[in-house]
Amino acid sequence: MAEIPMAETPMAETPMAETPMTGTPDGGFWTTPPGRSTLGSWLLTTDHKRIGLLYLWCILAFFAVGVLLGLLIRLELIAPGRTIMAQQTYNAVFTLHGVIMIFMVVIPSIPAAFGNIVMPLQIGAEDVAFPRLNLFSWYLYILGAAIAVVSLFTGGGAPDTGWTFYVPFSATTSTNVNVAVLAVFILGFSSILTGLNFIVTIHRLRAPSMGWTRMPLFTWGLYATAWIQVLATPVLGITVLLIFAERVLGLGLFDPARGGDPILYQHLFWIYSHPAVYIMIVPAMGVISDVIPVFARKNIFGYKTIAISSLAIAFAGSLVWAHHMFVSGMSDVAVMVFSLLTFIVAIPSAVKVFNWVSTLYKGSIYLDPPLIYSLGFIFLFSMGGVTGLVLGGAGTDVHVHDTYFVVGHFHYVIFGGTGFGLFAAMHFWFPKVYGRLYNLKIANVAAVILVIGLNMLYFPMYLLGLEGMPRRYYDYLPQYTDLHVVSTVGSWITAAGLALMAWNLWRGLRHGAPCGPNPWGAATLEWTLPSPPPTENFGPVEPEVTRGPYDFKGIEREEVVA
Amino acid sequence: MTIHRDYTGSKMGMWIFLFTEILLFGGLFVIYAAYHHRYPEEFHHASKALDTAMGTVNTVVLITSSLFVAMAVAALRRAEDARARLLVVLTIAFAGVFLVIKYFEWTAKFHHGIYPGSAELAATHAPGEIVFYSLYFAMTGLHAVHVIVGMGLLGFILARMRAGAVNSTDFVFLENGGLYWHLVDLIWIYLFPLFYLIA
Repeated sequence: MAEIPMAETPMAETPMAETPMTGTPDGGFWTTPPGRSTLGSWLLTTDHKRIGLLYLWCILAFFAVGVLLGLLIRLELIAPGRTIMAQQTYNAVFTLHGVIMIFMVVIPSIPAAFGNIVMPLQIGAEDVAFPRLNLFSWYLYILGAAIAVVSLFTGGGAPDTGWTFYVPFSATTSTNVNVAVLAVFILGFSSILTGLNFIVTIHRLRAPSMGWTRMPLFTWGLYATAWIQVLATPVLGITVLLIFAERVLGLGLFDPARGGDPILYQHLFWIYSHPAVYIMIVPAMGVISDVIPVFARKNIFGYKTIAISSLAIAFAGSLVWAHHMFVSGMSDVAVMVFSLLTFIVAIPSAVKVFNWVSTLYKGSIYLDPPLIYSLGFIFLFSMGGVTGLVLGGAGTDVHVHDTYFVVGHFHYVIFGGTGFGLFAAMHFWFPKVYGRLYNLKIANVAAVILVIGLNMLYFPMYLLGLEGMPRRYYDYLPQYTDLHVVSTVGSWITAAGLALMAWNLWRGLRHGAPCGPNPWGAATLEWTLPSPPPTENFGPVEPEVTRGPYDFKGIEREEVVA
Repeated sequence: MTIHRDYTGSKMGMWIFLFTEILLFGGLFVIYAAYHHRYPEEFHHASKALDTAMGTVNTVVLITSSLFVAMAVAALRRAEDARARLLVVLTIAFAGVFLVIKYFEWTAKFHHGIYPGSAELAATHAPGEIVFYSLYFAMTGLHAVHVIVGMGLLGFILARMRAGAVNSTDFVFLENGGLYWHLVDLIWIYLFPLFYLIA
């Protein structure tokens, strides 16, 4: 793979050299505009950085709730029979864990939070294309989340269908599915509007000298993601609306007694929900692509292939949905076609992994927290990706379908992948947003604890799945006990790692050492601004893109991280 | 923040939004295709019960309203403000006529016991016919919701035109509203043959 030639210019011409490297950072976009209350200036803001932070805080709050529910599930499963909750509670808890984590945490996590904070800065824009629509998306997100919370405490009890809302059970259960699917519809609408906003922003608001091949790969990842959000989410919208209509109006479109077909529901659901896993993972891959070259002090290996592989994942990923349905009674031809297509998606994902590793090769590596989290990502995502092929192969899938193998695979990919991508992003852009640094050593320790905890938590699930333990079961045979105990202990270690990471970041933003505009010595545009950046970003003057996004010639790391 | 005005960006955003609308209906069209393939005879019989005359009138009404909104955009660009506002009012009025006709069609069906979840429907019709009527109500119902949303949107644009905020130099809001209305029209042009003309 040939390296992309990037323009080279002397360091002195970038605005970075003019800003002081030490001292207390000024307030930047944190400063409340004159004549407005602090709270009002946040709740009515159209500043993309503030909206991104609003998302981030809400997402982290829901993440904490989701983690707590996950810990309760693991605690219940530490021994056969009843441990801490009854069966119906257990069904509600795993449904909630799924709905909260998927729709309120993972899908908006990187695109809505860091996409908003970072993307306009990376392309040299003043804001997104539709700032008010951006704020409206956040309110839709809050509304959807509020309705989801309401669904727990009203009607016939918290939904117990699992996050997939499969018919016929979801059409007949007496629990509060009506309200929950409305919440999902609204959250989906919020996601569509964010995606739409990003596509137009990236097309229209790049700085004049920012060509498509000069764009940072995080922005490329967001671009591919935005198309999936726009093209796939409406199908989820209509699917959950039909569940609603099925329950409220008695439509019967999925009811065999009235001529309907439940399998059609599964098709419609996965037409969205499979591409949705790429909404979750592609932005995280973008974060990793931005982080690794900075800490290897080396241009990214295969810029164009990484950029195009994001689009290839977006395209191929929308053609593989029925691999969730190999045992649902599809024709053998359909099973074979979808199995083949599933294997094809592995190619662009592998291209990225190989390119990251090649970037590290012969790099001058700094083991700072963003890189440690990125390495964690590569390791855990590869574990999840390889087991994904076991599930994508039609023959092997029949053996492990609906077992703990699926649960293990999914969590390796989403927690180990998207979760670690989010943590890498949090540690990478933290100094940009707050103008301060956290304790690097503690952050690294937390990352290592998390990698150990995650493996202990989810690797036993592969073994449980291979031995035949079905997913979602409340009770199990005694022979599965040992592995369940290991997994539950792993969940405690993971929780400890999360707590340490959160505490360290919190301490950093209160008491961390102040840093200059570019502590890591990165080359993308956001690092040419002061930390934290001013409200108007680059101001009225369009920034000049004088170097490639990963051209580090002449850029030094700041002393604060040295 | 400076006021950011980007005509191309606004149009691009609207077109992407229209894509999402097509995909929203796309889910229902997929279901229609699957069930039509499974129950061709039943769809044929059930379709006979629909009133083709009313459907035809409604098609003409909706296409005419679409013409009005296109003319309104042209008039506004020529700075004929009063004429543009009149044409938007006519668009909304014709949308209202469409809904009234739809109302009579639906109530007639209800009187014959044809509505989702009806025990009479389940007792007297084959499963394929029940599916046809469920789809009929789901798709025309969702379409009617879009008609109502479109009327609200055009009403809001009309107020902005009165206030002078949408004018001959900044007309993209009306143009986007018109695009939305054409989409509502277009979806009906597909619904009409799929339900009324397949018999």
